[in-house]
Amino acid sequence: MSSLSTALSDSVVITKRNLIKVRRVPDLIVFATLSPIMFVVLFRYVFGGAIGGLPPGISYAEFLLPGIFAQTVVFGSTITGASIADDLQKGLIDRFRSLPMSRSAVLVGRTVADAGLNVVSIAVMALTGLLVGWRIRSSFGEALGGFLVLLAFAYAVSWLMAMVGLLVRTPEVVQNASFIVIFPLTFVANTFVPLETFPSALRVFAEWNPVSAVTLASRELFGNVPPGYPVPDAWSLQNPVLYTLIWTAVILAVFVPLSVRLYQRTATR
Amino acid sequence: MTDAILVEGLQKSFGSNTALAGVDLTVPEGSVLGLLGPNGAGKTTVVRILTTLLQPDGGRAEVAGIDVVNEPDRVRSLIGLTGQYAAVDEYLTGFENLEMVGRLYRLGKRDARTRATELLERFDLTGAADRPAKTYSGGMRRRLDIAASLIARPRVLFLDEPTTGLDPRSRLGMWEFIADLAGGGTTILLTTQYLEEADRLADRMVVIDRGRVIARGTADELKAQVGGQRLEFTVTDAAVLPAMVARLRPLAVDEPHVDEQARRLSIPVSGGAEVLADALRRLDGQTAAVFDVGLRRPDLDDVFLALTGHATEESPGADGVPAEPVPTGGVR
Repeated sequence: MSSLSTALSDSVVITKRNLIKVRRVPDLIVFATLSPIMFVVLFRYVFGGAIGGLPPGISYAEFLLPGIFAQTVVFGSTITGASIADDLQKGLIDRFRSLPMSRSAVLVGRTVADAGLNVVSIAVMALTGLLVGWRIRSSFGEALGGFLVLLAFAYAVSWLMAMVGLLVRTPEVVQNASFIVIFPLTFVANTFVPLETFPSALRVFAEWNPVSAVTLASRELFGNVPPGYPVPDAWSLQNPVLYTLIWTAVILAVFVPLSVRLYQRTATR
Repeated sequence: MTDAILVEGLQKSFGSNTALAGVDLTVPEGSVLGLLGPNGAGKTTVVRILTTLLQPDGGRAEVAGIDVVNEPDRVRSLIGLTGQYAAVDEYLTGFENLEMVGRLYRLGKRDARTRATELLERFDLTGAADRPAKTYSGGMRRRLDIAASLIARPRVLFLDEPTTGLDPRSRLGMWEFIADLAGGGTTILLTTQYLEEADRLADRMVVIDRGRVIARGTADELKAQVGGQRLEFTVTDAAVLPAMVARLRPLAVDEPHVDEQARRLSIPVSGGAEVLADALRRLDGQTAAVFDVGLRRPDLDDVFLALTGHATEESPGADGVPAEPVPTGGVR
């Protein structure tokens, strides 16, 4: 077998293993979907009436859903880090490293399984969104593109989190540490409120925050931004899809090799 | 016989902490080597290097004639590792765990399943095959873990403290499985803190302490290093010890050892049970203060104590201070 096909078949074995866990521990999927549902409903009905500055002709539900999608998939990728830290703690990574398997398969299988989990939570949120007034106003192809942009970015973040998991070694620390970083990252953005309301320094950060670009990219692709509506001048938001894909590519280019290298050296203590 | 494991001058440091300061050992094919030492002696570091999990800083390590640093992938396909934790996925069933590991050892799908079924049977896990490993007892998990490391019929098996944390019954069961494997011709390197375990399972032993080999040989050879048998008395009153020493000195082949605090007298002797009878005759009825008497051959705890100056930790055989003697009668 060539090394690519062995890497592929090993990754399939590991992905399958991770998905079995999702099936056996339904809490995982329940929590992965329950909190976004809660967010959708809370923001839609609690803040929805008070948030102004929305593009004309767009309901808050339409504005909100792409933002919630972006926040949820980014949070969803932290599961990668926590799960890897857990495997490390339980000695499973040692076992895998002593097997004649591909060096990248454990991480590939993990990130792919977590992308699968993100697909499920997006599906649940989309259904909830449709119930509270979210609509897709674009073509099927564009809408699919909107989902893919979200998933691609989250997949890249998964690799970043994989490295965090290998470094910190306890799942709880991954959860707490990533919360501190990801919470502001997904809030100081155009996810829940229009950027026009931000103080200027925060606004510059938010404009270049990749989470804003992911959100705007999917908003545009779902047709949740009226045509001709002006977006901020920042290049990142003028070209949100391109900017998102650049971030995705850069994160992958940096963290895939780094994480795989770290995986090969790391061991349970 | 060729060597299945060859280690020469193996060195490894973690920062300023030297884990291995030049370890040499060989394990002939088909034999069991017990690697003994207290916590932190470097046992696990040796295993990690041999199983390609760690890079050594210096020296040479070969498994089945293959260098572990230069060709780790070839080594990995020939070995099985059972680490200190039962490294099984607790959400997978026993069967799924074994099938997964089999697939990752590059067995075909059908082969992996057949092997999984065989090993579940062999390790008494057939009844639990379709239950998630989460529901297993500690002993069952260890068995599943060992089964996983055997799935590709490894030529060399590494067992890193395979019974640590198990209750005595599970430990006995595990010993039987390991003895069975050894009987089947698998080369095994076993690390343990339990001297009894090594005594029972290993053909030869290497004792390491602070990253160095301090002794090696068969159990009997190691015991011989410490000396022959001893007469041991425990008394209820340390005051009687000097008189006892005076009466028993003619039997001693070496200087008797008196431990007043433990109220214990130990006299190196030679000969069999008649020495014991002779000793009791020499005490001539002055035995009222004697709480316990026996003829002891040294066990590996004595070996360890003699070699390192400190006892093993967590060793079930090591008894520090004896229990408070209960007077059996009084002369005073």
